[in-house]
Amino acid sequence: MDIFIQVVYFVAAVLFIMGLKKMSSPVTATGGIVWAGIGMIAASLVAFFEPGVFTHTSNVVLIIIAIGIGSAIAYITAKRVQMTDMPQMIAIYNGMGGGAAAAIAAVELVKMAGGHGGGSAHELSSTAQVLAVLGALIGAVSFSGSAIAFAKLQGLMKKTIRLPMHMVINSGLFVLTVIAGAIIGFSGDVSIQLVLLFFILALVFGVLFTIPIGGADMPVVISLFNALTGLAVAFEGYVLENAAMIIAGTVVGSAGTLLTQLMAKAMNRPISNILFASFGSDGGAAAEEDIEGSMKEIQGTDAAIMMAYAEKVIIVPGYGMAVAQAQHKVSELTKILEARGVKVMFAIHPVAGRMPGHMNVLLAEAGIDYDKILDLDEVNPEFPTADVALVIGANDVVNPVARTNPDSPIYGMPILDADMAKNCIVIKRGKGSGFSGIENHLFYADNTRMLYGDGQKAVGELISGIKEM
Amino acid sequence: MIEIGGFTALYIFMLSAFTGYEVISRVPVILHTPMMSGSNFIHGIVLVGAIVVMGGAESTLEQVIGFIAVALAAGNAVGGYVATVRMLEMFNPKDKKGEA
Repeated sequence: MDIFIQVVYFVAAVLFIMGLKKMSSPVTATGGIVWAGIGMIAASLVAFFEPGVFTHTSNVVLIIIAIGIGSAIAYITAKRVQMTDMPQMIAIYNGMGGGAAAAIAAVELVKMAGGHGGGSAHELSSTAQVLAVLGALIGAVSFSGSAIAFAKLQGLMKKTIRLPMHMVINSGLFVLTVIAGAIIGFSGDVSIQLVLLFFILALVFGVLFTIPIGGADMPVVISLFNALTGLAVAFEGYVLENAAMIIAGTVVGSAGTLLTQLMAKAMNRPISNILFASFGSDGGAAAEEDIEGSMKEIQGTDAAIMMAYAEKVIIVPGYGMAVAQAQHKVSELTKILEARGVKVMFAIHPVAGRMPGHMNVLLAEAGIDYDKILDLDEVNPEFPTADVALVIGANDVVNPVARTNPDSPIYGMPILDADMAKNCIVIKRGKGSGFSGIENHLFYADNTRMLYGDGQKAVGELISGIKEM
Repeated sequence: MIEIGGFTALYIFMLSAFTGYEVISRVPVILHTPMMSGSNFIHGIVLVGAIVVMGGAESTLEQVIGFIAVALAAGNAVGGYVATVRMLEMFNPKDKKGEA
């Protein structure tokens, strides 16, 4: 039986890695997640046959109830959620994983504290003891931090909260948590009270760590927590001597770290800057600058004519499109433009929306071929020959100050050169500035026209305008 | 149970880390969100650990924490799976809805 369990874990680990590999190409991606899913089911089933699990029948019943509750809630929420709200759902499921890893460690530490319920004191090797504590710390921070990330993206927590001397409080709290953890990890003598204190400290640290970070930076933070959860799972895997957990956790840990770096790089900000400095606080000073020109409004019908007689149109979607649920209208617009012989392509900035690839997912949902969807490097040479660049709810990612003004907080960030197109139409809800609070010089440019209104309504006007021709 | 000694674990850790890095380094930007969701699903393997720990729980306190662990881990795995599948379905050309 033991060999059988190990073989299944081994196969599961292989399936996870192959699944991830398949997920790295759009053609095989759907198969990839299925492979990983099969691995997960197999591994979970054999886990019931691990020595010790079937000794208490009541525990087995409780496990099945717990799986039922957890799966049902997650299944219903994941099925119902709008595509646009996916990022925060990833955050919450990730937080659950972190919480589970922390809870596993908690059980081990409580067992170690021993005596309770007549159980014999549990023996862990010293390495396992330290790793259990480390995994608990990381998992708990990921749990409470992800919950805050969810609240922020869901709009439950609008403001970035900064306590006075936030950095000092955070550092102090972190040091306290580590000290508490070190006492538990390195001493054989553990009290329940100390374990409880340690978990409370870690959870509070996760909250305080996340609340000062702005919503625009959340994708990077979610990605970081994803990597951290992976690491926590790997550490608890060592404690439980479970190779499948070590492998899967570590693979996610390193893949997540790389993804976090890629995202931060696309925003041209060092990760430390995102995590330890709030964007808005230093952006305020730069707002007081002279901007040449003024914002010029355009009506939907005029914009429609401009696009209908264009040869090449590049659409630049942003978070505004996601909020307005305008992706289906955009898809319809693409079809009628193409029916008139207009070449349409999409320009996706790596951090458009709230996560890398967020826009691609939405456009794919609306039935737009992914070969029409271009990356920053592919699409930028196309702008100078485009007749119209249609910006839908994107702001900072098309702000030319990133190229021109070294004082700007976003200077140096790679942007989409929408300003290079012959004409630029910007669909925008109001006159306010973007997430970072920086004025967008594109909106004031001579070749830019502003089409005010909700994304869905504005694109609807364009469609009816073109149809009337 | 197979013994995983300190150095064996270290080797597993090191090789897995390189594997994760290599696998994701060739992912096109369009798949970054589904990829994050997919890797989020994979650390749902924590469910296995939660089952083992809960199975061996002896005191009521251990049972309560173990129960939470299993429920959270199941949520991670199922939520991560459904979210990833929903996202990836959109890249499947066969399912493309001809919406007008």
